[in-house]
Amino acid sequence: MTVQLPIVIILGPLLGAVLAAFTGWFRPRLSHPLVVIGLAISFAAALKLVFIVADAGAQKYWLGGWGPKQGHGVVGIQITVDYLNTLLLAAVSGIALLTSVYTRRLVDTELAGRQRYFYALFSLLVTGLLGITITGDIFNLYVFMEIAALSSYALIAYGRGRAYMAAFNYLIMGTMGACLYLLGVGFIFAKSGTLNIDDVSAIIPALRQSQALFVGFVLILLGAWAKMAFFPFHGWLPNAYAHAPTASAAILAPLATKVAVYTMLRIMFTVYSIDYIIHSPGIQSLALYLSSLAIVIASFFSLTQTNLKKLASYFVLSEIGYMVGGAWLANKPGLTGAMVHVVADAAMTSALFMAIGCIVYRLGQAQLDDLKGVFFKMPVTMAAFVVTMAALIGVPPTCGFFSKWYLIQGAAQAGVWHFIAALLLSSLVKAIILFRIIEIGYNRVPHPAIEGNPAIPRNEAPLSMLIPTVAMSLGLIALGLATNTLVNTIIANAVPTALTQ
Amino acid sequence: MEKLIANFNYVIVVILMMIGLWAMLAQKNLIKKCIGMAIFQTGIILFFISIGAKNEAKVPILSKSVVENSSAIIVNDYGNPLTQILMLTAIVVGVATLGVGLALAQKIYQQHSSFDEDEILENQRK
Repeated sequence: MTVQLPIVIILGPLLGAVLAAFTGWFRPRLSHPLVVIGLAISFAAALKLVFIVADAGAQKYWLGGWGPKQGHGVVGIQITVDYLNTLLLAAVSGIALLTSVYTRRLVDTELAGRQRYFYALFSLLVTGLLGITITGDIFNLYVFMEIAALSSYALIAYGRGRAYMAAFNYLIMGTMGACLYLLGVGFIFAKSGTLNIDDVSAIIPALRQSQALFVGFVLILLGAWAKMAFFPFHGWLPNAYAHAPTASAAILAPLATKVAVYTMLRIMFTVYSIDYIIHSPGIQSLALYLSSLAIVIASFFSLTQTNLKKLASYFVLSEIGYMVGGAWLANKPGLTGAMVHVVADAAMTSALFMAIGCIVYRLGQAQLDDLKGVFFKMPVTMAAFVVTMAALIGVPPTCGFFSKWYLIQGAAQAGVWHFIAALLLSSLVKAIILFRIIEIGYNRVPHPAIEGNPAIPRNEAPLSMLIPTVAMSLGLIALGLATNTLVNTIIANAVPTALTQ
Repeated sequence: MEKLIANFNYVIVVILMMIGLWAMLAQKNLIKKCIGMAIFQTGIILFFISIGAKNEAKVPILSKSVVENSSAIIVNDYGNPLTQILMLTAIVVGVATLGVGLALAQKIYQQHSSFDEDEILENQRK
C-alpha cells in the first residue's frame, strides 16, 4: 500500500479540483469540503512519506507500471520522493490544507457566487505545485509548471480592477520563464536522449565539455529565475500579489515562488552536478551579487510601502534572494540553509499573509494608516503577526533564525561578505517595519486602559480564520525547535556527497 | 556558411524566438504581446521537431509485417517520435496560455477601452 503513496499526493488535490468544479453545478456548498478532503489525503500521504524517506531513503514510483524493462530504455514517467523534496511536499500540502480551511470566510465575502471556481483553481494550483516538486522527469516538470501557472493567472485575475493588468504582466513573464525552461530541456534532451532526471544525471558527467549542455543549464536557470521573480525579473510580483484577492495571495505567496526555487535546486544539484556550479565561477559570482542586490533592493522598497499586502510582497522578494544566494554559495552550510529556508519561508510567508488576511477581513483594507488601534481590536491576530515578523527578522527560537544562521555560516565559509551584509540589512529593515507597525497600532490612539479614554471594542477575526493563523505562527516556533532534527535526519542527506567530504 | 545553410531550420528557430521575445518585451500593445508569445512558442516547437528529425527517415510506426520479416530494426530509419509527442503537449499548453492571455486582454479593454500599455497605466493612476 505504501508503494502507491507518492501518486496519492498528487491525486488528492487533482480529484478534489475536478469534483469541486462539477459538483459546484448542482451542489455549490460541496466544493469547499471536497477540496479540503482532497488536500487532507494529500497531506497525510506526504507526512507518512517523510517518515518513510527518513528511514529508508528515496522512494521511486513508475506511473502506470511503465518502469525500465530488460533490453529497453526508460519509457514511462517516474515520480520520486527523496531527501531533497520530501519536506517541501509535506510543507506545500500542509500549508495548502490550512489555507483552504482559512480562506472559506474570505472567499464568501470577496468572491461571493464564484466560490466553486475559486476552489477548483485553488486545488489545481496545489496539484501543479506538488507535481513540480515530486516529478522525476524534466518535461513532466514543465507541464506541472504550466498547470500551476495557468491556475495562478486566473486566481490573481479574480481581484478585478488593477488585478487584470497585474495578471497579464505575470502571464507574459511566466510564459517567458516556462519557455526558456522548455528550451533548456530541449538542449538536455538533444545531448542526452532522455528526460528522466536519474538518467540525465548519470549521463551528464561524461559530457562535461559539451557547450550545448551548458547553454541548456543557463536557459533553465533563467527560466527558473523568471518564475521565482528573482532580481531583475521581479517586476510582476508585487503588483500581482497586492492586487490579487487576499484569499489567492494567501496560497500563492507562500508556495509559488518557493516551488520555483526548488526547481532551481533540483536542476543545479541533481540533474547537473555540483561540479558544474564550482566550474562556472562566472555565473556563481553573478548569482551571488544578484541575490545580494535582490535582498537590498526589495528591503529598500519595502520601507517605502504604505500598503500591508504590497509590503509583504516585497518581503517575499527579499526572501528569494536568501534562497538563491544560499544555493549558489555551493558549500554545505549554505545549501543546508537554502533548503531549510525553502520550507521555513513557505511557513513564514503563509503565516504572514494569513494574519494580513484577518486584518483585511475586519478592517476592509490594509493601508498602514488604517492599523491605528489594531492591537486593541485584534489582539490574537496581532500576536500571531508579531511572532511571524519575529521569525522573518530571525529571532530565535523561530525557524527564521536557524535558516539564516546556516546561510550566514555558509557565506562566511565562502568569504562572500556582501551576502552577509545584505542578510543583516534585510533583518534590520524588517525590524524597523515591525516597530513602525507596533507604533501605529498602539500609540496613534488614546490608550484604552487609561481612565477617561474611550474603550476600543474587540473585533477579532472569525475562528475559522483565527485558528489556522495562530496554528501557523505556533508552527513557526515548532519548526524552529525541530530544525536540528530535520537537518540531521533528512536535509543533511540531500546535500551532495562532494560537499560533505 | 555551409554549416548555416545545412542547419537553416535552427537559424529560423533563432529568428522566430528573437521576434517573439522582442514583441513580448518591447511592444506596448497587449495583443501584440500575445502574438509575440505565440511566435516564441512556435520557435520552440520548431526547435524540438528539428532535433527529432532525421534525413530520409520514415514515420516511427512499425507495421506487423516489418516486425515479423526483418531481423533487426534500424533506429536511424525512423524519426524520433518522442519530440513530436512532447510538442503536442507543448502546443496544448501554448493554446491554453494564449487563451488566458487574450481573455485578460479583453477584460482590460473593457475597463480602459485601450490595448496600449502606457494609456492603461495612465488610466490606472487617475
